[in-house]
Order: sequence, then structure tokens, then C-alpha cells
Amino acid sequence: MHTPEFAHPELAAVEVHGVTRGSFIARGALAAGAVYGAGAVAPFVTNAFAAGGATDLDILNFALTLEYLETDFYTVKGKSVGLSGEAKTLATSFGEEEAEHVAALTKAITGAGGKPVKKPTFSFPVTNQAGFLKLAYVLENTGVGAYNGAGPSLTNKALLAAAGSIVQTEARHAAAIALLTGMKITPNGAFDKPLSKAQVLAKAGPLIKK
Amino acid sequence: MTEPMINGEAPPETGVVERLARDDVERKRFLRMAGKRLGSGVAATSLAAFIAACGSSSSSSSAGSSSSAAAAGTGTASSSSTSSAAASGDLAIVNYALTLEYLESQFYAKVIKSGLFHGKNLSVIKTFGAEETEHVAALHKLAMSLGTPAAEPTGKFPLKNAASVTKLAATVENLGAAAYLGQAGNIKSPEILAAALAIHSIEARHAATLNLVLGKDATPDGAFAKPMTMSQVLAVVKPFIA
Repeated sequence: MHTPEFAHPELAAVEVHGVTRGSFIARGALAAGAVYGAGAVAPFVTNAFAAGGATDLDILNFALTLEYLETDFYTVKGKSVGLSGEAKTLATSFGEEEAEHVAALTKAITGAGGKPVKKPTFSFPVTNQAGFLKLAYVLENTGVGAYNGAGPSLTNKALLAAAGSIVQTEARHAAAIALLTGMKITPNGAFDKPLSKAQVLAKAGPLIKK
Repeated sequence: MTEPMINGEAPPETGVVERLARDDVERKRFLRMAGKRLGSGVAATSLAAFIAACGSSSSSSSAGSSSSAAAAGTGTASSSSTSSAAASGDLAIVNYALTLEYLESQFYAKVIKSGLFHGKNLSVIKTFGAEETEHVAALHKLAMSLGTPAAEPTGKFPLKNAASVTKLAATVENLGAAAYLGQAGNIKSPEILAAALAIHSIEARHAATLNLVLGKDATPDGAFAKPMTMSQVLAVVKPFIA
């Protein structure tokens, strides 16, 4: 399936650059699989790291794009669509937290000598509170899958700890929205599914305009 | 004492014996303390195994001793001391998680039996309990692939009324989430890390749900969830192990 990356240059910017490092990571992962016997963990393994060979910076910039998306969704769309009650409180609170994720990821990227992706322009096809909450649920769950999918590829353990800290927040957000709307608290059952970059882009890509 | 971080790096040859001896002394000290507090040899076993899992990663750790067998016959290019140290470290972490999941699973089973919850609340509790039981099964299988799985501990949970039980459930789930987060950076195998992440976010969902039911914040730590070390988790969990 043709990925929509070329339509979104900012995401294309996070494509693989460090091939040598990427193949090193992939080799390490395969060796580990030989030692531990991947059979016991097969359900949890995603093709995300086997296929990509992305560097830590690539992963951080991918995450930053998603956090820009969520922040914009909660703070801008949240205001324009007209929310009330708990939905409004949730959007304000979660928007603040996503904005903190943006700040932290930007700092991590520049601190590592990298260039943070520019904030894209987004378009969210929702016209009322119900639609807003439905999309919020999708976005938060996609975020969980994205971080869980990319996490094992991070070589820097401090970045992994930060990613873990963020993904836990996204999962908490997802549960809160589920409670508010009656959707499933654990849509994947007992184990959250790691998502590949392509799977994440399938959800997020259409919302990114430029 | 300093937090016993598990790292897979093999120490220089001359330091190995000293390090093992020091670790052995630390572990024996823990076991003596545990024995004194509990006053029962049998009861101390699962708690001691839990504490031993929090010890250093060397193959002297009881949780890790059989893992070198698993690593030995694979013929990997990496040095056998590095890979067996990594495997024993990962096994210790898996067994730590397994112990916590056993406790969560037992807790929910007891809560379901208690008749304290009904309708939608009971349905949520049942779902969470079933998910923790799946975590037990997966982690047990994972531990088996690395060496000896931790023995199932005997949990003891006070069940007074629905309100206090809900509070306890929230404590347990928030603790579980923090425990996994605290270990993410210590896991050597990418596959085991993937498994841990897949479970970590579930505990987070459970925790957020129970917090909200109690009228608390879904994200009590704000934008960045806080990790907990093995020692910190052990301190909270100890009263719940018989």
C-alpha cells in the first residue's frame, strides 16, 4: 500500500538517514531474539523497528509531529467546535499536557543536536462534541500504539524513559475519554498493540494538511 | 542503599568476585530482614524471591541462575558473560512484573468474589481482573523462556467496603504503571521491552479509570507519569504479601 508520506513533507523529513545505525539496531534486535527465543514474545513484536532502521532523532521528530497534532486538536479544534462540561474540562487539561509533550520533545531534539520538525497545519473533520470525543479517542489510542511501537527502537535509555512517561499519560487520556463516552477502556484487550509508522500515518496522515 | 540498577555490562575480571560477594551479602541481609518481619520460613519464600529479584543483575541472583543455560547453547556472536548477564537481568525484571501481576490478579479475584460490586462497576472489575490474569500468563511464559519463573506469592488484601476497595484498586494499578515505567530503561531485550510496554499502558488505563471513579485526576502526575524504583514499589507492596 502506498504510504501517504510524500504528501506530508514534514513527515518525510523524519525518514531514515542513519542506515548504518539502523542496521546495527536491527542486528542487535535479531541477536536478542535468538538468545531469548522470540516465540514467547511474538505477539508483542511489531515490524516497526525491524523495517525502519530509524534513528532516535527520527523517532523523536515523529513523536513531535503527533504531539503537535494532539495539542492543536485539543486547544484549537477543542475551542472552535464548542465543548461543554466534562468534555471541555478534559480538552483543556489534556491540551495543556500535550503542549508539555511538545515542549519536552522539542527540547530533547535540540539538546541532541537535531532539528525539530516544523509544526504542520492540521484539519480535523469534526463538527460537534460527539465527533470531537470520538476522534480524541482515536488519536490518543494511536499515540499509545505509536510510542509502544517505536519505544524498543530507541537506543538512548533516557529517551526511552521519557517516551514511557509520555505514553503512560496518553494511555490515561484514552481511558478518560473512554469513560466519558462509553467506549472501551482497553480496546486492545490485555495488551496494547504496538503500531508501525505506516499504521500511525494511516490514522494521522489524513489530518495533516501542510 | 543505592538503587540496585540492573545493567548488563560485564565488570572487569578482577572485580567480579568482589562484586558477587558484596551482592551476596546485600541479598542475605534483605532475606534476614524479611524473615524477621514475617517470622515464617515458608511465607518468606515468595517475598524473598521478590526482594532477590530487586538485587543486582549478576548470575548470583537466584532469579537469574538458570538463565545462563538458556543463553549458553545459542552460539551467538556476543560474549556469553554479557548475554547471560543481560538475560538474568531481564529475567529478574520479568519475575518482578510477574509477582506484581500475580498480586493484582489475586486481588481482583477476591474483589469479584466479595459481592461488593454490581452491574457496570462489577463488569469493569471483571474486565480488569481478566486482563491482569492474562498478564500473569504472558509473563510466566516469558520467564519460563529465560529461566525459573517466580513462585506465586500469597496476597492478603483487606476488603472492607466498595469505597475502600476501589481506593486500594487505584493504589495497586497506579503502582503497577509506575513499576513498569521504572524498569523500561533496564530491560535489555527489545522483545521483552515491547511486551513490558504493551502491559504498561494497560495498567495506565486501569489506573486512570479508577482514579476518575474516585473523583481524582486521570493524570495525577500531569503530563509526565512518574516511575518508581523496585525498592519504592516493594515498600508499598510488602503489606499485601502474606
